[in-house]
Amino acid sequence: MSQQAVNGVPCRGKVLTLDNMNPNVRRVEYAVRGVIVQRALQIEKELKEGVKKPFTEVIKANIGDAHAMGQKPITFLRQVLALCSYPDLLEDNKFPEDAKQRARRILQACGGHSIGAYSASQGIECIRQDVARYIEKRDGGISSNPDNIYLSTGASDAIVTMLKLLVCGEGRDRTGVMISIPQYPLYSAALADLAAVQISYYLDEDKCWSLDVAELKRAINAARQHCNPRVLCIINPGNPTGQVQSRQCIEDVIRFAKEEHLFLMADEVYQDNVYAEGCKFHSFKKVLFEMGAEYSSTVEMASFHSTSKCYMGECGFRGGYMEVINMDPEVKAQLTKLVSVRLCPPVPGQALLDLVVNPPQPDEPSYNTFMKERTAVLAALSEKAGLTEKIFNTVPGIICNPVQGAMYTFPRITLPQKAIDKAKEEGLVPDMFYCMRLLEEEGICLVPGSGFGQREGTFHFRMTILPPTEKLKIVLQKIRDYHMRFTQEFS
Amino acid sequence: MNHGTALLWKRRALSSLSATRRGLPKEKMSENGVSSRAKVLTIDTMNPTVKKVEYAVRGPIVQRALELERELSQGMKKPFVEVIKANIGDAHAMGQQPITFFRQVLALCSYPELLNDTTFPEDAKSRARRILQSCGGYSMGSYSASQGIESVRQDVARYIERRDDGVPCDPDDIYLTTGASDGIVTVLKLLVCGEGAARTGVMISIPQYPLYSAALAELSAVQINYYLNEETCWSMDISELQRALDEARRHCNPRALCIINPGNPTGQVQSRQCIEDVIRFAAKERLFLMADEVYQDNVYADSCKFHSFKKVLFDMGPEYSNTVELVSFHSTSKCYMGECGFRGGYMEIINMDDEVKAQLTKLVSVRLCPPVPGQALMDLVVNPPQTGEPSYDKFIKERTATLSALAEKATLTEQVLNTVQGISCNPVQGAMYSFPRITIPEKAIKEATDNGQQPDMFYCMKLLEETGICLVPGSGFGQKDGTYHFRMTILPPKDKLTILLNKVKEFHQKFTQQYS
Repeated sequence: MSQQAVNGVPCRGKVLTLDNMNPNVRRVEYAVRGVIVQRALQIEKELKEGVKKPFTEVIKANIGDAHAMGQKPITFLRQVLALCSYPDLLEDNKFPEDAKQRARRILQACGGHSIGAYSASQGIECIRQDVARYIEKRDGGISSNPDNIYLSTGASDAIVTMLKLLVCGEGRDRTGVMISIPQYPLYSAALADLAAVQISYYLDEDKCWSLDVAELKRAINAARQHCNPRVLCIINPGNPTGQVQSRQCIEDVIRFAKEEHLFLMADEVYQDNVYAEGCKFHSFKKVLFEMGAEYSSTVEMASFHSTSKCYMGECGFRGGYMEVINMDPEVKAQLTKLVSVRLCPPVPGQALLDLVVNPPQPDEPSYNTFMKERTAVLAALSEKAGLTEKIFNTVPGIICNPVQGAMYTFPRITLPQKAIDKAKEEGLVPDMFYCMRLLEEEGICLVPGSGFGQREGTFHFRMTILPPTEKLKIVLQKIRDYHMRFTQEFS
Repeated sequence: MNHGTALLWKRRALSSLSATRRGLPKEKMSENGVSSRAKVLTIDTMNPTVKKVEYAVRGPIVQRALELERELSQGMKKPFVEVIKANIGDAHAMGQQPITFFRQVLALCSYPELLNDTTFPEDAKSRARRILQSCGGYSMGSYSASQGIESVRQDVARYIERRDDGVPCDPDDIYLTTGASDGIVTVLKLLVCGEGAARTGVMISIPQYPLYSAALAELSAVQINYYLNEETCWSMDISELQRALDEARRHCNPRALCIINPGNPTGQVQSRQCIEDVIRFAAKERLFLMADEVYQDNVYADSCKFHSFKKVLFDMGPEYSNTVELVSFHSTSKCYMGECGFRGGYMEIINMDDEVKAQLTKLVSVRLCPPVPGQALMDLVVNPPQTGEPSYDKFIKERTATLSALAEKATLTEQVLNTVQGISCNPVQGAMYSFPRITIPEKAIKEATDNGQQPDMFYCMKLLEETGICLVPGSGFGQKDGTYHFRMTILPPKDKLTILLNKVKEFHQKFTQQYS
């Protein structure tokens, strides 16, 4: 194991090397913060150092980070967080009474009345109660038990925890997990890390990324040859595709999960981000219960929500929760035990979630400002969703499905054969080649579709709709110009 | 082949699969003879490694304590009026006050309108502005870089350099984390691989903080126990490390050595000589060193001093400082801050292979970033008010008060417990816990064993039911066979702690009498 050093003195290899590290970790990829973003950061550094570029700033349209793109936090939420952080401010008459009252309530639920205390591992009890009430209100009164609510460090944390519980077996009995293609690459990363089998089911691009049960069936039947399918993951509204599944579709998925004996994981972090006329968010839980006891008392499900998206955009706080339905009590005890090892989710994130599920009411002082801010954020997103679809569809060689919801567009791009060949020469996947050039020429950072999965032979990119409208217009125009230039160059 | 034939082949192929693999539910007969389906996810079909995970600090005794609290709040009569949770290192929950400066800056960062408020000191505002300037859109609500906000990592590096008398620290070797636990689990994840006799073995002290045993169980790593020496105040002995390692080599591939200094649950502060010996041992035996130093400011005993593993490593010269792979961990949860709920922490990576480091960077990117409020808090911990700044005096006053209160309570604890026949308490040199040894009468051991309980769990449960005091039995941390301990925090305020200690004393005497 020794290597020759430069001066002839034998030196030993390291204890921890690429060859002897955990091989599962090597298989993990996460394109949203992958190679192209690393290059974008490098370029930003170069710009700062005064290197001349064809652009003056890098626009990071790769990640669903609303505040980074200029979206403002909701005043009420931040007032309460400030009060919780520094309770002396409860004496300050600048703060409205409803903010103070919520802060007091949160602090009373904290050990030593401090957000610096560990909370219960499942999350602060009164917050879980508030979450349950929120779910009940959202779902037309279907009851939610606070004991089925687990607060988490962002939705990602809960998703990974559930997958961890589910994945087991060896060889051909290894757990298989169904996930959409395209998908948010947390799923593929987690499955690689856990050495689970990823079972891809294709969304239908021609039908605005809708889900087809026939495709689910095809995927599961093929998968049964080599693994033990046990889980079905669905992201609704979709990431990266933005589709908002119809109620019928959700029923079909639930029926499929029951027939095929699958644990359902419903990622609903974009539940407030619905823009298209004719689209509506239907929570999996609500649909499940409306299908009657045959389903609602049997189908095992976990649904996930977060403080990072919707109108809040509070990504940095890492707030989230999951609701577990029909979980075996013994497994639930294991889940509770598992989350206790990491003590608790960040308390500021828990506090934030409490405000999200328990916002100002019509008779409260902060209500008007709150509604105004919330409406403005969602209306802006809606406008930008429409604008994005429109502009991209004016570009020959770009086809953009309606952005029905979420925060992204995932247009299909036609790449000339010469470009595909050039990419191959450079050892790059064609849409990465395309996106890298766009970055170098225009300073716009997108994520190639290959990072999310797509049908063989098709190419896409994911772009967020988050920059402010005026900037977004410029970005869209630059991409249009770039695409036409690129097509011309490789024709 | 025609479509019909293909379908037939497919059906045959499927039918040759076991019912389980075809996804068909296992039929169960319920009591009334009607078959009902088993759940998809059951205790038998879940990840088996998760079942092996235990975490005593929040285990069964704490669940019972919470039950008792509920009963009390419902008006049930008990021999006590409150449950005292001396099971967990949660300072604020036990009445310790947050540092004013930190909370002021956090409030300013949360709601920057307050920057116009004249009641906040200028140094707090300047730190808040600096933090906000490094956040996307000047908001703590943005994701940060996955490795952590760059300016915070720079501040952490400077703190480490100051602490270690100028030994250089590269901000690029700093990873901010969601508490120290997050960093520890991430590094273990990188390390653990191999099958059978080549499975990675990880050395950890007995007694240990059970995050380690839990993480190793979950990763199916091999836990290699090395015993701390209770007779010599829980010190480490290289011959014991050697014994443990040599024995482990027969059935696994030992690759990592974990050490907690100051110690949890034992509170010992290792001598400089000991740390050198451990580094030498790790170099010789080719072990990746993990140094958990979250209690680095919690040192009470006059004869003791915190020596950072990094500093000692570099003092030992390039033969070691260029080669030994080391990660050290720190947190905002302990020391004088006690900000557990913020989940702030960092790790410093020394001599890691570049390619592995790239994998580490990739791995942490999947979870996006650690909580930004925790990162901001860490920034303040490593960059506190300086002499001449408006908040300096108050900051030092609060910090000193907290640390000296802890020192006083450390001594008080050792003193009172050592007056009890059958309790033997080592000096609490540092950290936040005492881990006294208790003598349990044979009769009690028998009753415990008959009930399928560990004797020290039996003891602690009785203590809980009779006094409302919640401790964690030593079996939750590991201990030499045939010995029993409990871990108690020294966190309750002095008056309450005094009462607590006396109640434990009375209980022990009664218990010993009862089972004599």
